[in-house]
Amino acid sequence: MTVLSAIAHSRLADLVGPQRVITDPAQLVPYEVDAMRPSAALRPESIAQISEIVKFAVSEKLAIVATSGRTKLNIGLPPRHYDLALDMSSLRKIIAYDPGDLTLSVEAGIPLAALGHVLAEHRQFLPLAVPYHSQTTVGGAIASGVDGPLRQLYGIARDFLLGIEFVTGEGVPAKSGGRVVKNVTGYDIHKLMIGALGTLGVITRLNFKTFPLPIQSRGFVARFPSAQQACEMPSRIARSPLAPMTTEILSPGVTELFESEAASQIASDPMPANVLSPAEWAVSVGFAGNEKARNRYLSDLQRIAEECGGHGFLVQEKSLAAAFARKREFVPIALAFSPAATIIKINILPSKLNDAFAAAQKTAEANSLQWAALARGLGIIYLALLPAASDDENRQRVLNATNAIHEACANLGGQSTIPWCPTPWKKNLKIWGPGNLDLSQMQKIKNVFDPQGVLSPGRFVGGI
Amino acid sequence: MKPELLRDLKSLLGDSAVLHRPEELLLYEYDGSVEIARPTCVVFPSTTAHVQRIMQLANQYQTPIVGRGAGTGLSGGALARNGGILAVFSHMNRILNIDIENQRATVQPGVVNSDLSAAVAHAGLHFAPDPSSQKACTIGGNVSENSGGPHTLAYGVTTNHTLSLEAVLPSGELVRIGSSPLDPTGYDLMGLFVGSEGTLALITEITVKLTRLPETVKTLLAVFETLDDATETVVDITARGITPAACEMLDGWTLRAVEAYVHAGFPLDCAAVLLLEVDGLKEVAEQHAEDVAEICRNHHAREVRVARDARERDLLWKGRKNAFGAVGRLSPTYYVQDGVIPRTKLPVTLRRIDEIGKKYGFQIGNIFHAGNGNLHPLILFDARDPEQFRRVIAASDEIIKFCIEMGGSITGEHGVGMEKDRLMPLLFTDAELDVMRRVRDAFNPAGILNPDKIFPTKKGCGEIHVRPLPQSSVPAGFRNA
Repeated sequence: MTVLSAIAHSRLADLVGPQRVITDPAQLVPYEVDAMRPSAALRPESIAQISEIVKFAVSEKLAIVATSGRTKLNIGLPPRHYDLALDMSSLRKIIAYDPGDLTLSVEAGIPLAALGHVLAEHRQFLPLAVPYHSQTTVGGAIASGVDGPLRQLYGIARDFLLGIEFVTGEGVPAKSGGRVVKNVTGYDIHKLMIGALGTLGVITRLNFKTFPLPIQSRGFVARFPSAQQACEMPSRIARSPLAPMTTEILSPGVTELFESEAASQIASDPMPANVLSPAEWAVSVGFAGNEKARNRYLSDLQRIAEECGGHGFLVQEKSLAAAFARKREFVPIALAFSPAATIIKINILPSKLNDAFAAAQKTAEANSLQWAALARGLGIIYLALLPAASDDENRQRVLNATNAIHEACANLGGQSTIPWCPTPWKKNLKIWGPGNLDLSQMQKIKNVFDPQGVLSPGRFVGGI
Repeated sequence: MKPELLRDLKSLLGDSAVLHRPEELLLYEYDGSVEIARPTCVVFPSTTAHVQRIMQLANQYQTPIVGRGAGTGLSGGALARNGGILAVFSHMNRILNIDIENQRATVQPGVVNSDLSAAVAHAGLHFAPDPSSQKACTIGGNVSENSGGPHTLAYGVTTNHTLSLEAVLPSGELVRIGSSPLDPTGYDLMGLFVGSEGTLALITEITVKLTRLPETVKTLLAVFETLDDATETVVDITARGITPAACEMLDGWTLRAVEAYVHAGFPLDCAAVLLLEVDGLKEVAEQHAEDVAEICRNHHAREVRVARDARERDLLWKGRKNAFGAVGRLSPTYYVQDGVIPRTKLPVTLRRIDEIGKKYGFQIGNIFHAGNGNLHPLILFDARDPEQFRRVIAASDEIIKFCIEMGGSITGEHGVGMEKDRLMPLLFTDAELDVMRRVRDAFNPAGILNPDKIFPTKKGCGEIHVRPLPQSSVPAGFRNA
């Protein structure tokens, strides 16, 4: 950490007010990113202030990381520099909400949970079922680009984010998209901001499509002796007329994770007994609708499960919230479970899910690592490697395993990254994948939005 | 154009794949909009290597180059505004791969939208974006314009169904962006390229998602005595949390024009109809059909017809999809708009459009995607009369400004192109347009690819040259939204 000059401090105090500049080292601890501590944290109250702060950072060559809930800051590489934390939590207003139009405009720092309560009053919601749900903000959910179980039916943020306002790396307030549900006016810059880890702009406002809350949700779980049988079930559902809200495949190792003390600390409701088995693979399917539709789902899912060689059952209604919370919070649970949990995200065609599971299992076992995997039926696997300690031996094992998995995924036509691992391991592991990506087009984008490199420098793919 | 460029193009593609005589170029002056711009030559590449080489030649001779699919676009996106090479992709029309298991297809850009759906129908799949021109328009064009269509209300527009692209950058460099698996690592370049209106790259290959055909489809026609009843029905359906697969509105005047042409059995004496479709699982679609019918009746629908079979359903849709063609029979020219408004503002906006029509003395027909607030007012006029043309632009601007006041946007699916570039400052500040321009310049630094599109130029509307359209040249359903 560099110490801010007295002149810089006084200028920042002028910009946001002295009580909104934090420089006390103890108070800066929560703003650390990968063990790097900023020189100051600022709590701006307006877009104009953010614009001025960024301009000041450009003139002083200071690096900024925008943050608010601070739950997903350890995704990506450590920043190359980190001088100022931009705490967005004071920008938390709902700018506009038109329930009749199912559209919403909010400031980036609004907590997802608080927003959820407002929408629920109108029997609506935003299908951003991202991990760290109770602490995350809307801006963080978008900047981190993390997905959630509901993508099976509702898609991901790019499917319902209508527009964005942001401040560029030169301090220019700008926007793209709009507030209406259909719009092709100008380039879709807002899509670039999703998952960019704040490297292209400071997100200040976001416009979304909202959705009616599903009525009478139900959960169905089927258990299978093998991964191959489990993988067959989502494939058959995709060929059926069913349109479930969620479809996840869970490895046997998830059972221990979800029944652990770590899980109960993160998702407080107890995990229902006998839903998962440590000896079997499971497929979990969520659906909703009127009574006729629910009965149809149940009978079709039961038939499909049997055709795939498994047996299925409805999750008790009182246990649904606990089961759903665990699926959503798979990553935080894994990180709490092991002192050196390493999460690999694998993107693969659905038909290759079984091959990817086989590679994961083989690699984990060859390196004597405990593991668990949760996969979306659409072809996204979160593979958790769960070493017992964060020592050098385990680091080497995880390094060997992740390199092998990167290679296996590439051979299967997929991609893999390591969104979460212990910070000291980031210099060893290939966080952004095996390095086979063409970064030149992405670098062009970065140069447009942040030519001086003041926004989260170095955290993104290839150190962008 | 330099004779050397023509020579090089002919030696690359063969004489038959290069057009340059004025009479050959005539067809390529037009698209589905009122804009006109003549290319200097038209070329038909057959391979990605051709496209790369053509791009290199455009650079070498510093000639503008513009991509084009079927030319059904509605904003002048595929017109050579400053002349130059028009690269037409109709020879690159092969479906390269169909992956039923993973519900994906890889196609060349010239594949016709409905041809892809037809090719995968046997597996119960389709390509969901369904612009009304889908029997002619190409998937390359859909990707460039981020096309919509009636059923995109529930299924999403082209960007929601496009996974990866192979494309030739203005530098001539061949790039692959996106990936067939979901969530490609890095910035969402797909999100940027889809809908960039041919200003960032020429697309040579596209991988798309295929969508399961619904088990049950229920199509309803609700007939209303007043426009307000119809629009308030739409507001209520949305507010009740029902997302129909499609929710289209035709006002009474348009309906009579359509009925005279298509004979779909539309009532002739009503103020408006809603064409509603609900689909999905049988149990869900049936419930939604009942709910929607009830909402229509609550808003004084005189009649709610439910199509009894596929034939009746097709007839109702034929009326909708051929509406623009039907209107084309009644007027030398029409100007179609594409503004979007929040759905709660439908009643007030339609009343305002009616007032604006009266103020300027134009008949305005309304046929549009009511379910997502995407209006298509059709202003009938005679473009041979410069005074009328001036007034139609004024009326149109007044409508667009009202849409923006309502919190809306200037284009929902037709694109900005060369038609609405001058309206961009109504939505974006100079600084915001500058950020977008810099995005374009990052990929298209010399501006040789599709110049003077999207961004406001100094060219005023006085330079838009409009000619009456020979009516015989408007095939039914082609000039459509």
